[in-house]
Amino acid sequence: MINAILNGIKIQVEPGTSILQAAHQAQVKIPTLCYHPDLPPTASCGICVVKVKNAPNMMRACTTPVGEGMEITTQDAEIVAVRRSILELILSAHPNECLTCLRNGECELQRLAEDFGISRSDLPKLVPSLPIDDSTKSIVLDPRKCVRCGRCTVVCQNVQNVWALCMKNRGLDAVVAPAGDIQLADSPCVRCGQCSAHCPVGAIYEYNQAEEVWKALLDKEKHCIVQIAPAVRVSIGETFGFAPGTNLTGKLYTALRRMGFQQVFDTNFGADVTIMEEGSELVERITKGGDSLPLITTCCPAWVDFMEKFDSDMISYFSSCKSPQAIVGALTKSYYAEKIGVSPDKIFMVSIMPCTAKKFEIVRAKDMFASGHQDIDVSLTTRELARMIRQAGLEFASLDEGEADSPLGRYTGAGTIFGETGGVMEAALRTAHKLVTGKETDNLEFAPIHTLEGVKELTVKIGDKDIKVCVAHGLRNVEEVVDRVRQAKKAGQEPPWHFIEVMACLGGCVGGGGQFWGVTDKVRLERAAGLTKEDRGAKLRRSHENPDVKKLYDEFIGKPLSEKAHTLFHTHYVERSLYRR
Amino acid sequence: MAIGSGDTIVTIKKAMAKAAGEPDVVAAVKKWKNKRGSLIMVLHEIQNSRGYVPRDVSLYLSQELDVPLSRIYEALTFYHYFKLEPPGKAVISVCTGTACYLKGSPALVEEFSKETGAKVGTSTEDKLFHLQCVRCVGCCGLAPVAIVNGKTYGRLTTSDIKKIVNEWREHFSTDDAK
Repeated sequence: MINAILNGIKIQVEPGTSILQAAHQAQVKIPTLCYHPDLPPTASCGICVVKVKNAPNMMRACTTPVGEGMEITTQDAEIVAVRRSILELILSAHPNECLTCLRNGECELQRLAEDFGISRSDLPKLVPSLPIDDSTKSIVLDPRKCVRCGRCTVVCQNVQNVWALCMKNRGLDAVVAPAGDIQLADSPCVRCGQCSAHCPVGAIYEYNQAEEVWKALLDKEKHCIVQIAPAVRVSIGETFGFAPGTNLTGKLYTALRRMGFQQVFDTNFGADVTIMEEGSELVERITKGGDSLPLITTCCPAWVDFMEKFDSDMISYFSSCKSPQAIVGALTKSYYAEKIGVSPDKIFMVSIMPCTAKKFEIVRAKDMFASGHQDIDVSLTTRELARMIRQAGLEFASLDEGEADSPLGRYTGAGTIFGETGGVMEAALRTAHKLVTGKETDNLEFAPIHTLEGVKELTVKIGDKDIKVCVAHGLRNVEEVVDRVRQAKKAGQEPPWHFIEVMACLGGCVGGGGQFWGVTDKVRLERAAGLTKEDRGAKLRRSHENPDVKKLYDEFIGKPLSEKAHTLFHTHYVERSLYRR
Repeated sequence: MAIGSGDTIVTIKKAMAKAAGEPDVVAAVKKWKNKRGSLIMVLHEIQNSRGYVPRDVSLYLSQELDVPLSRIYEALTFYHYFKLEPPGKAVISVCTGTACYLKGSPALVEEFSKETGAKVGTSTEDKLFHLQCVRCVGCCGLAPVAIVNGKTYGRLTTSDIKKIVNEWREHFSTDDAK
């Protein structure tokens, strides 16, 4: 352990701890604009400067490790003055557009300006004139507002291994952009939105479609229906004063109904259907053997996009099953439309997702028009919905608990845990046991796959078979897993696992790119715990026990993997490699 | 351009195939491929042989050297030495090192820009001139200094610029006449 003194307080930290982290442990907050706990420090903003006794200059707390006997001062009038000067320089290159910015009220730079009491600006403005890039129709890049902290490029390159974004040029001309004079849609971007979730300001944000939804809600001709994804319910509260992980399903149902949606469905129902199809696919592939394994999950659209661009040699191992969002969409405009006798072209289907890539998923292939119409009209992120709830003037915290509508609203605990890393796998194993052995299992919980470790492995006994599974999240971790499969195949060996769950974002959808800002591992775990808790307390915890799912198969689909199931619930993949990063 | 359309894949594959057949690219890759941290060296060779680093070549290098295209562009755009477009025939480098800067090189840059019509870091539309700022060129005694295609002009004042620009305009017009 290293002993040091911080603001006169004796501290003891592990070797390698930065001054910034040490201060946090001593309940001292050092302001910063570029540091994010998910990412290695880049020392680009300079706001975190502190004094170290006998050091010639002020040091950046984020990149300076605490040394033995170090005497650190984190605040005095001189330090505050230096920080204020740095802040003024940053503000001189930032447009004064707070009132018309999507981050208004949630911006880290705005907060710092307030903390430091910046009331005027004497420096000339040096805001570059650069075009907005909304080519992906999922995330929007506004480089004028960029503070060059580098979080987005680090998350895109190091965490996600996508390399769509880079820091071009240098100094005042530095700009975050794809490589070369191209648009983001022509780059390897997979629209995961992690850049937008990590941006401290409004330089990268979700493609905002709230107005399209308001317009549809006003249209008397339209039958507006909404579905909400598992991870949304445990994050939406953060903007209304609830702790991360608070499960607000009931209030969300009420809010959506009050906003004017005629039917409120739940993506968790679609998750239960996904398990029926994917579970059956797994059993089919295990029975078939040969080169049909491993089976890799495909409910994550950023992962699908990634695979089509970078790992298209893996397409045959991809589950053809659509995501829960797409399944509820297809069923709404077919099964439900038939049931109530409404023409599907009158239905306006909205999905609320923790994800920016879902905005692309709904048009990614012609299979997404399975009902004969675009199955989902608009996909909104958690952040867009939060704003809409506020616009609607709803006192969210005190709303009554509502119920979802039949026939696409009821769900099991297995559907809920889709929103966290390991959840899809756990849900699939519960149903696979029944499908393989014909018997139910009481072994419903697999704790080792609920952690935030990047790659998790587990062997589960189903009948007399040892099923080897793997759960990976964060695309860099996923690549590692894919490489191991590739090597085994190349060497003519058995694949290392039978079944692989993949989520592009760290923590799974709870840490999705469309979720509320400020995610850290602590927040990921809290949100995941909110979902796990609902499952652990649910009466029905196996997807195949969902009575409405049973009814759906009896009345409409027949069997999993039937022809009708294939039309509505399954899709195809194509190579999309624009350029390899 | 459709997102990830088949056409785009074909276009990019074609471009890369073309780069793979170019002798200078092949030689540079062969020389540096298995040496760590050699990206800058390869880019230097391409810049020196062509006067710029075309995107097709960068795409090919990204594959061959297993370096993400983003990283290549970070390097290409960080150093002023590299160009992404073919520069004009006369490359004007105005020194903005400390000595030249203090002796008034910013005004020279402005004058060169006015006389040629090229903004700093770009070429004129007729591809006759390219204007760039460079750091200390190592002859501070002559400050402020500009170099055009290897020829050094020292102790410049703004009134000298028109003459220099005309000199090179003439040089290339007689060149063309031949």
